[in-house]
Amino acid sequence: MIYDVEYETMPREALEAIQLRRLKTTLERVCATVPFYRERMATAGIKPRDIQRLDDIRHIPFTTKQDLRDNYPFGMFAVPMDTVVRIHASSGTTGQPTVVGYTARDVNTWATLMARALVAGGATANDIIHNAYGYGLFTGGLGVHYGAEKLGASVIPVSGGNTRRQILIMRDFKPTVITATPSYVLHLAEVAEEMGVSFKDLSFKFGIFGAEPWSEKMRQEIERKLNITAVDIYGLSEVIGPGVAIECHEAKKGLHIFEDHFLPEIIDPASGEVLPPGETGELVFTSLTKEAFPVIRYRTRDITSLNPEPCVCGRTHVRMNRVSGRSDDMLIIRGVNVFPSQIESILMETSEVAPHYQLVVDREENLDTLTVRVEVGEGLFSDEVRQLQALERQISKNIKETLGVSAKVKLVEPHTIQRSEGKAVRVIDNRKI
Amino acid sequence: MHAQQISIFLENKAGRLAEVTGILAAAGVNIRALALADTSDFGVLRLIVDDNQKAENALKQGGLTVSKTDVVAVAVDDRPGGLHHILELLQNAGINVEYMYAFVQHSGANAVMIFRFDQPDDALKVLTADGLKVIEGRRLYTM
Repeated sequence: MIYDVEYETMPREALEAIQLRRLKTTLERVCATVPFYRERMATAGIKPRDIQRLDDIRHIPFTTKQDLRDNYPFGMFAVPMDTVVRIHASSGTTGQPTVVGYTARDVNTWATLMARALVAGGATANDIIHNAYGYGLFTGGLGVHYGAEKLGASVIPVSGGNTRRQILIMRDFKPTVITATPSYVLHLAEVAEEMGVSFKDLSFKFGIFGAEPWSEKMRQEIERKLNITAVDIYGLSEVIGPGVAIECHEAKKGLHIFEDHFLPEIIDPASGEVLPPGETGELVFTSLTKEAFPVIRYRTRDITSLNPEPCVCGRTHVRMNRVSGRSDDMLIIRGVNVFPSQIESILMETSEVAPHYQLVVDREENLDTLTVRVEVGEGLFSDEVRQLQALERQISKNIKETLGVSAKVKLVEPHTIQRSEGKAVRVIDNRKI
Repeated sequence: MHAQQISIFLENKAGRLAEVTGILAAAGVNIRALALADTSDFGVLRLIVDDNQKAENALKQGGLTVSKTDVVAVAVDDRPGGLHHILELLQNAGINVEYMYAFVQHSGANAVMIFRFDQPDDALKVLTADGLKVIEGRRLYTM
């Protein structure tokens, strides 16, 4: 099934004509309304009218997460606040998240894209959708929710957590589609087993999973344990939220990017050069229809490749392959973005000298765990065990409050954190994804 | 009247303690008293040694985090109630013992206890006013 047949199966030529028209309009608008983009374009000596073909976009400077932070909170908004109806934010450096806004039309666009995504993942208006993405500033929960309502499905806004209650709801409400992070759904399956509830006896047919990296192997495990068809969904709040790209359940081979709304490029993360189709590099997005928070050549830092081959499902939109990594050091832990530098600034608050530290990420019983190893130098050392334990608790509490992620803090001896070429190894990711 | 104790941060790892004693042995430092406070993950090793400076240098060179702490060494009557008398005095004066451990001697009528107080100066006043014998660092290290 296809939700929006006209646009999702549009011949490439017509689709690209729409992209070019929308790109020009977007560029005119941001230059008129967002000082950041106006100055960037002026510095690069390029005007919106210089863009005559889609690939002329390569002359426009990139936008990075740092640019968004520099314009915190609303500096990148292209409309006055009285037309903004929704604000979301993703975690950021202490006190400085990335803030995004939506007009009523943006919310509607987003809901439509999510409805498309849900249908691509196997959902219909007759389904009951168990939405276990977190509701709140995070775009996951509300993004899926609005899409489900737009589709006309019945949505259970269960959000994350309270796992045992979720199992009871699943047993009693008989939802047929589940949306969650892949690690959380595996955790749900385990808790269900402990409670004597078999996922296979539940009513699920389809699952739509994303907001964190996962693998083909995890897909097989989820499909086997839940007896469902599982697809991958991709999105990021800076671009719109979930619903930027979705796998079709027919092929389950790459995620269709909704190209009538987003223009993707793959670049070499080091040189910034645009790479030819099929090559692996960093994914860059330009929004084509967003009003409140347009982005121009936004560097996602996600590493993937694009597949222009036609798909069995009939959609003409290009497919991106599974994200294979990051071009920066960002970690996604239980759906929350964590940068080592954020942990560093928290540690700076507790010690005059920044201690050496290391983040160790594991996946235990399908839930991501974060351990922060901190070297105890003279600045942190106390002769009293109680004070050292209080220090561990304090750091852990600050991380939870700032980043929203639970972390175990482990004090270690100096020089125990590996250095490679004199530089401390900041991250060890043991997750077998 | 204070004595100095060396404190070392240690992770709970097999053989770690032996590495520390090895460093001290190699440096020719004699351990006079020792106490270990630990949690499941880490511990703090407290030492009274014969040569603080030598010990500190060797341990730091060995990559350990070391600090010095003022403690009080008190001669305790070697009879029932000897330690209790001291603790009662301190309790009445509102002084807290953060931790304490025994000092090993070869002979003598007294036992020696090492105390870490929250208010060491007040503790000293209370103890000496009662006629108790406080042992100076200089003497303690070579006792």
